Amino acid sequence: MLRRPVAAAFVTPALLLVAVFLAFPAVWTLWLGLTDYRLTGLQAARPRLVGLHNYAEALGDALFRNSLLVTLVFVLGSAVVGQMGLGFALAWKLRDVPRPLRSAVEVLVILAWIIPESVVAFLWIAFLDGESGTLNALLPGQVEWLLDYPLLAIIIFNIWRGTAFSMLLFGAALQGVPPSHLETARLAGASGWQQLRDVVLPTIRGHVLTNLLLVSLWTFNYFTPYLITRGGPSHQTEVLPVYVFRTAISAGEFGAGAAISTIMLLINLLIALAYLRLLRERR
Amino acid sequence: MRTGARFPRHLLALLVVLLVAGACTPGGSDSSGSEGQVVLKLSANAVKGGKNAHEAEWLEDWAIPAFEKQMADQGKKVDVQFVGSGADDEDFKTKLALDLKVGGGPDVISVDGPWVGEFAQAGYLKPLAEVAGSEVDSWDGWQQMPKPVIGIMEFDGKRYGVPQGTDGRVLFYNKALFTKAGLGASWQPKSWDEILRTARQLKAKLPGVTPLQINAGTSMGEATTAQGFLPLLAAAGKGIYDEQAGTWQAGAAVRDVLGFYQSVYREGLGDPRLQQRADGRDRSFAQFADGKIAVLAEGDYFWRSVITPTQGLAPMKDRDQAVGYALIPAKQPGAGVNGQDFVSLSGGGGWVINPNSKHAKEAWALIAFLASRPAVEELVKREPRLTSRNDVNQSALEDPLLTFIAEKVLPITTTRPGVAIYPQVSQAIQEATEQVATGKADSEKAAKDYAAKLGKVVGADKVSSG
Repeated sequence: MLRRPVAAAFVTPALLLVAVFLAFPAVWTLWLGLTDYRLTGLQAARPRLVGLHNYAEALGDALFRNSLLVTLVFVLGSAVVGQMGLGFALAWKLRDVPRPLRSAVEVLVILAWIIPESVVAFLWIAFLDGESGTLNALLPGQVEWLLDYPLLAIIIFNIWRGTAFSMLLFGAALQGVPPSHLETARLAGASGWQQLRDVVLPTIRGHVLTNLLLVSLWTFNYFTPYLITRGGPSHQTEVLPVYVFRTAISAGEFGAGAAISTIMLLINLLIALAYLRLLRERR
Repeated sequence: MRTGARFPRHLLALLVVLLVAGACTPGGSDSSGSEGQVVLKLSANAVKGGKNAHEAEWLEDWAIPAFEKQMADQGKKVDVQFVGSGADDEDFKTKLALDLKVGGGPDVISVDGPWVGEFAQAGYLKPLAEVAGSEVDSWDGWQQMPKPVIGIMEFDGKRYGVPQGTDGRVLFYNKALFTKAGLGASWQPKSWDEILRTARQLKAKLPGVTPLQINAGTSMGEATTAQGFLPLLAAAGKGIYDEQAGTWQAGAAVRDVLGFYQSVYREGLGDPRLQQRADGRDRSFAQFADGKIAVLAEGDYFWRSVITPTQGLAPMKDRDQAVGYALIPAKQPGAGVNGQDFVSLSGGGGWVINPNSKHAKEAWALIAFLASRPAVEELVKREPRLTSRNDVNQSALEDPLLTFIAEKVLPITTTRPGVAIYPQVSQAIQEATEQVATGKADSEKAAKDYAAKLGKVVGADKVSSG
């Protein structure tokens, strides 16, 4: 009889924390998005309700649509294809590799994952610099990587940066594939590709989907490209988090920034819903 | 079971107590010291060994002890605590705005001039006399300050702070390169055509040297607006903001300025790629110091902090001999703002009192001390710079460029509008110049896009095409 209150009491602190630090800011952001609230100036003292004006402005802004497109390419290129593809390839290949070599590769990949963001950004600027960069020292010719191929540069950067997670997750998942299944497939004459397609992938489908969700959400909300390119040149690498930063912090438009954040939140939800749907289809 | 039910209730009660206690902890400036001692917090975007190190050293090692002693001699116990910072100016501004908004923040703050209007409109700052009383207006320091310099810290005709210093923009040029190109070591162009003509000659004679770098584009940020566009706009005869009419400029003068950018960057007189790099400004400093850029439009900050012979971002050992400076000429003689032949743009900052301060009188005393002649002289001894005080500028400034700016530039200079919308206008300007510099649009189209963007930012009725 007393179980319910006890349970409630135990849950309450957690719920309170969630309410204070998660639910309230979310609702607050929604509310801010409907105002012309600013960091300074008259609107800071007396913000007015402007309805959906901020949303209309954002959707009508060519730079916002540009940013959306850049983000899409960035997520698809660096997270979905890059990190997951390379992560899986590494995990798959490393299974049959002698232990010392495997550990060495793993350490290198994980190292790229755990170095602090600001340090990594500096390393990549030094690496890609057109005048005195390491890459240009290795290659013939003078290419301004960050000016001529900025989006490609941050995509490759993010692949380098984030592959470790996919590799670890897939590595663990592949250990769960029963060797007997692979053995049977091999005896039945399945090629390497067929084994992969018909035995391995169906077994680790859940892991693939979870990984897909995590890396695409992380990449979608990833701000570090700003440290390398500042969103430039000419907005070519201005992913949505950078766009929000520029609007809300650089220009001081909290209201508009909140509206764009809400749009980002909705896109995040869409990605998560699509994932849940895919996961359910499995059963 | 009973105890099981009661235990969490205790826990809950404890939690509630903790939360309430947490919420009640006083935030902001807690400035009650022991036994009638007044604690003043002083903040500037300066920190020892980092950003504006000289200023931080001056405050901590000299000004604060001297002020405390002065107050002690008058029988007042004042403890001044310095809160340093080494952040980007924009971040420092955001932090201050948030501090002031919630009723906290240091008692005395050093702010950049253009923030005054924004902060005043938001209610974060109040006029000095309102905060600290009538002794503000009777302070003798005001008489030493030129009107436009006092204007840096004014808004709506009221004084919000005491200016600390100012600056000016000029064209820096490399005398050695000019001599090599057969142009002689002294240069003072009188029109835009003359600038372009010189740049073309430099280009023809000195392959591998960028003749003329005028900041453009978004990655240069505010430097584009302050070092490039706005001085040029003044040279074309217009200010960006008409305070009387409340309108923003988007007319022929803007097209002229963008046309000038087009000549510079389409003819290869300037390096458009430099303008797109995230660290383009620092690189332009380094290239100038290396003799790779012949003419660079910059503020005196470049002279006193970047190419200083002994330290700085890009030291030039022979700076005083190798670097010349010229006034920025109007488009044609007499075509600048107010019919001027030469123009410039000045900024600067100063001291303000936090309206939330519980010790406004002491805060004012501190500001009056920091802006007094002996204090400012002590600062200039540590780092030569243009101060707000005529007496100090006349007696203590030995630097040739700073003297040049004090005498030739300050009388003809302009300032940026201190209203909250300005950063967005500045962003629209940066985008327009970027379009032109990168060749994405010609000056006509960029001017049209700019006018449209401006209409969105400030409202179509506030755009002046005159």
